[in-house]
Amino acid sequence: MILAATRVDAAVFAISAVIILTGAIGVVTARNPVHSALMLVMTLFGVAVLFVAQEAHFLAAVQVIVYAGAIVVLFLFVIMLLGVDKEESIEADPLPGQRPIALVLALMTLGELLLLSRMQNSWAAGVESDAGPLNGPGTNVEKLASVIFTRYLLAFEVTSVLLVIAVVGAVVLARKPRRASEEQPEPVGGE
Amino acid sequence: MTVGGEAYLILAALLFTIGAVGLMIRRNVLVMFMCVELMLNAVNLTFVTFARMLNDIGGQAVVFFVLVVAAAEVVVGLGIIVAIFRRRSGATADDLHLLKG
Repeated sequence: MILAATRVDAAVFAISAVIILTGAIGVVTARNPVHSALMLVMTLFGVAVLFVAQEAHFLAAVQVIVYAGAIVVLFLFVIMLLGVDKEESIEADPLPGQRPIALVLALMTLGELLLLSRMQNSWAAGVESDAGPLNGPGTNVEKLASVIFTRYLLAFEVTSVLLVIAVVGAVVLARKPRRASEEQPEPVGGE
Repeated sequence: MTVGGEAYLILAALLFTIGAVGLMIRRNVLVMFMCVELMLNAVNLTFVTFARMLNDIGGQAVVFFVLVVAAAEVVVGLGIIVAIFRRRSGATADDLHLLKG
């Protein structure tokens, strides 16, 4: 029984990892931005599966709703509204030497991250956080809600202000520009 | 729950690296934006993994806030991209080196 559960967990992780990495490589290598956006959906779903596998049920749902349901759709709207779904040649390297340098920097980052992930005892300070345990009583949603609305209440309120500012900024930025003859400083929204 | 946390961390490191490579080698600003989302997702995966390894709900709370900030960032960033594309038809980051309207 335990062995079967182990195999299922390993299979879920392996399949999700393949989906995530395939989607990520697809985002980078696809010539058409629409294909990149669809590959991004694939990666986001794989990450949501791994959230479920790690008992982060609420975050998995939010991941699917916000990322796959809102952010990628926003990307697709912009791609199609602007008509920039032209294929881009990615064989040519406009800036000589950029790709080798990018690869070297990325491999250095990867090596450092892998090194850190092997040092099991150095990132855990051994101090209990005051946010509360993950494995306590109650469901995942209850625990996450109680910590967000008590310990992180100020941060939660600040994020609501941030969202309002983002909405106002998007409206101001995406408004049609006036004619050049009557160009004047645009009023800042919200005043 | 038997797959070790190190496997998740290695996967997140790979995802972050792919996103970073894409951000550095692509020219289309929309694809560069998507690569930023890949890197944010890698960090979210790391936070959730550490929340499980250290038995701490704080990691998941941080992921919640990262999601909110990512949504706000995408809205403002795409607004900027729309505003830029209205004024000029260039689709690549190389065309934006003047930073003038």
